[in-house]
Amino acid sequence: MENILKEFERDQKELIHILHRVQEEFGYVSPPAISAIAKHLKISENEIYSVLTFYKAFSLEPRGKHIVTVCMGTACHVRGAPRLVDDASREMGVDVGQTTPDKHFTLETVNCLGCCAIGPVVVVDGKYHSYVKRMDSIIKEYSEGR
Amino acid sequence: MERINHPEELAVWKNEILAERIPSKKKIVISSGTCGQASGSLQIIDAVNQELAKKGLKDHVEVKVTGCHGFCQLEPNLIVYPEEIFYKTLQPQDVPQIVEKSILGNEIVSSLVFEDLKTAQKAIKQNDIPFYKKQERLLTENNLKINPTEIEDYIALDGYQALANALFNMTSEAVIAEIETAGLRGRGGGGFPSGRKWEICRKVESNIKYIICNADEGDPGAYMDRSLLEGNPHSVIEGMIIGAYAIGAQEGYIYVRMEYPLAVQHVNLALEQARKFGFLGESILGSEFAFEIHLIEGAGAFVSGEETSLIASIEGRRAFPSQRPPFPAQEGLWGKPTNVNNVETWANVPLILRKGADWYAKIGTRRSKGTKIFSLVGKINNTGLVEVPMGITLREIVYDIGGGIQDNKKFKAIQTGGPSGGCIPAEKLDLPVDYDTLAKAGSIMGSGGMIIMDEDTCMVDVARYFLHFTQEESCGKCVPCRIGTKQLVEILNRITEGNGEEEDLEKMEDLSKTIKTGSLCGLGQTAPNPVLTTLQYFRKEYESHIKSKTCIALVCKGLIAYTIDPDKCVGCLLCLKSCPVDAISGERKEVHVIDQDLCIKCGACLDVCPPKINAVSKVTGRKMARILKNASGKRV
Repeated sequence: MENILKEFERDQKELIHILHRVQEEFGYVSPPAISAIAKHLKISENEIYSVLTFYKAFSLEPRGKHIVTVCMGTACHVRGAPRLVDDASREMGVDVGQTTPDKHFTLETVNCLGCCAIGPVVVVDGKYHSYVKRMDSIIKEYSEGR
Repeated sequence: MERINHPEELAVWKNEILAERIPSKKKIVISSGTCGQASGSLQIIDAVNQELAKKGLKDHVEVKVTGCHGFCQLEPNLIVYPEEIFYKTLQPQDVPQIVEKSILGNEIVSSLVFEDLKTAQKAIKQNDIPFYKKQERLLTENNLKINPTEIEDYIALDGYQALANALFNMTSEAVIAEIETAGLRGRGGGGFPSGRKWEICRKVESNIKYIICNADEGDPGAYMDRSLLEGNPHSVIEGMIIGAYAIGAQEGYIYVRMEYPLAVQHVNLALEQARKFGFLGESILGSEFAFEIHLIEGAGAFVSGEETSLIASIEGRRAFPSQRPPFPAQEGLWGKPTNVNNVETWANVPLILRKGADWYAKIGTRRSKGTKIFSLVGKINNTGLVEVPMGITLREIVYDIGGGIQDNKKFKAIQTGGPSGGCIPAEKLDLPVDYDTLAKAGSIMGSGGMIIMDEDTCMVDVARYFLHFTQEESCGKCVPCRIGTKQLVEILNRITEGNGEEEDLEKMEDLSKTIKTGSLCGLGQTAPNPVLTTLQYFRKEYESHIKSKTCIALVCKGLIAYTIDPDKCVGCLLCLKSCPVDAISGERKEVHVIDQDLCIKCGACLDVCPPKINAVSKVTGRKMARILKNASGKRV
C-alpha cells in the first residue's frame, strides 16, 4: 500500500486515481487501505468512503476469481440482456453485485460497453463474448476448479 | 524523427513519410476496434502475419491494424489494397485463401465479399456496400487509413497542419471566428454553438484556464466517441490544442469512461507521441504557445458526463453537478474558466480549419452544420456507426443505410438521445435529422445513439428501462430527480407487472413536468423524456397494459404466460429438460404441461421447442387469463 501511495501527489485530485490503482492491485478497497489513503491525502476517511461508494468501479469487498459482466445497454436490452442476467443470477445463486460464497464468480452489470452492434454482450475477466444467447455455456466455461 | 520546431519541419516530415510509401504495394488493412477484437480480429491479425511469413511475403506486404470502420456487424473484416477488396466476417481459416488469391494473385475470393441480403448483389469495395453509400464520412473515413498507435499515419493525412496554421497564421479571435462561421454546434447532445462557447471563455480574464474533452460517453447504445478515440486519437488531441490556443488555456483534460479500456490505451499512447514530437508541452511547434493534456479515467458514474459533475470528478470528488450559473466558462475546474466540449466536437475542429469554414458550412442544414456520427443499433439489419450529413431523414438512415428491420418485422420506433431522449414513431420517419427538428418531436439528437425498435419491443418496457437507468444513475443531490425518478419507475414497474391503474398515466405526466422543471442538472431535466414521448406516441400501449392487461409485444413478464399447445406437442422432452425450475411435467411421447405457479417466464422452453413443432407460445391478455384460470381450476 505504501508503495502505491508513493506514486501519487498529496492532493485530492489524485483520489480517484489512487482508488483505481488499489482496486486493480487488491481487487477491492479495504478499511486499512482507506485509512492509509486518508492519511496520505490529509482528508477524512468519510470523504474517501463517500467517493468510493459513489462510483461503480470500486468495491468494498473482495470479488470473485471470475468477474462476469452483463451489458445492460439499450441495444443489448432490446436483444434480450435482462434474461441473461436472470439466468446468470439463477445459475450462480447470487444477485447482481454479489460474489458466490466460494469466491469463484462475481456477477455484475454495466450500463453500456459501446459494442452495441454485437449484442447482447457478456464480458468475463475482460474477454468479450458477443451475440450471447445463453449463460449456462459461458458459466460452464469458467467453472473449472470450482 | 526528432521534435518538430517549425511548421516547415512538419511539412518535410509529412513528405518523408509519403515518400516511403509505395501506392502500388499490396496492403492489408484489418479493422480492430473493441467490436472487432470482440469478434475475433486479433486471431485474424495473427493468421495474416503467420500466412505472410509462411509465404515469405513479410517484406512485400504492409499490414495495417486500424480502429473501427463502422460496419461492426461484419467484423472481423479486412481490406486488400490497392484493389480495395473488402472481406467480411472472417475466420482465421479464410486467411490463406485471401493471401493466395488476392495478394499473390489479383483475384477475388467471391465467397468472402459482401452480398446484399435482398438483391443478392455482391459488393467488392467497401464504398459499394449500400450501408456506406449514403454516408458522408468526413471524420470516420480516416479510421481506415490510420494505425492509431502510429502518429506517422496521422501526419501523412495532413495531421497537425491545422494546428500549425492556427499557431502561425491566425489570431485566437480568427480561429474562433472560423469555428463560428462553420456553424459547428456541440456534438455531445446540447447543440450549443461551439464558437460562441469558446468566445465566452476566451473573454473571461484569468491567468489560468482549462479545457476539457468530455469522453464520458455514458448514453447506452452510443459509441461514436469510443470509435474516434480508439481509431483516430490525434484528431481529438489536435482539436483540443487548437481550442486551447483560441481560448488561452494552458492545461487540458480528456475524461474517458473506464468502460473503454482500448480508448484509454490509445489516447495515452497518442499523448506521449504528441509530447515527443512537440505538439504538446512548451513552445509547441516552435511557437510561444504551451499546452499540456492529461488523461483521466472515469470510475463508472453516468452523471459524470454532465459538465459540472465531470469537473467535480476530475477534482477527485463525487460527481455531483452544481448550480449554473456560474457556468464552467466563468468558474469551472478549480474555480477557473473552463471550456468543455465533447469528443466529436473536438474532432471536427482540425477538419474545419483545414478545409475552411465556408466549405464546412455547406454541409448540413441552415441551423445544423456538418455531419453527425450515429450508432445505428437494435433491431436493424445493418448495425454499426454511420456518419451522415445533418438534414438526412430518419427513413434514409433506417432503410437505405440500415437496410430495414431484422427478420422482416415491422418498424415501431427509433430511440434517439439515450436516457435524455425519446422514442420517435413510424409516422415521423421523414423528419430530417437536425438539432431543432428532433427537439420539436420531443426527443433530442443527443450524442448520437439510435436504437431501432420493432414490433417485438414493448414501449412501456422501454420507458421503464430508461427510467430505471436514470433512477439508478441519479446522483441524489436534488429532490425532484432523486425522488421523482424513483416514483416514475415504481409506477412503470406496476404497469408492466399488470397492476397499473387508470390514473397512473396522468400521474406520470404531472410528475414528469415537476422533474423537468425542478431538477438541478441535465440528467434530471431530461430524464422524463422517454416517458413523455412514449405517452405521446404510444399511449395505446400503456392503456392496454392497464385496462386489458395486455402486452402486445409479449415482453412484460407480469402480463404474459407460456403455454404448450396439446394438439401440437409431441412429447419430445426438450422443453422439460431445459426448464431451470422443473415447471414442466410429462412423459416421453405424452403432452407436456407447464405449471403456471412454478414458471418463472424465462422463455427457455420456447427457445428449444423445434420450429417444426412450434408447440410453445407466449400469450397475453384474455388468452393468458384463460390459461391461468384453467390452471388454478385444475388445482382445486
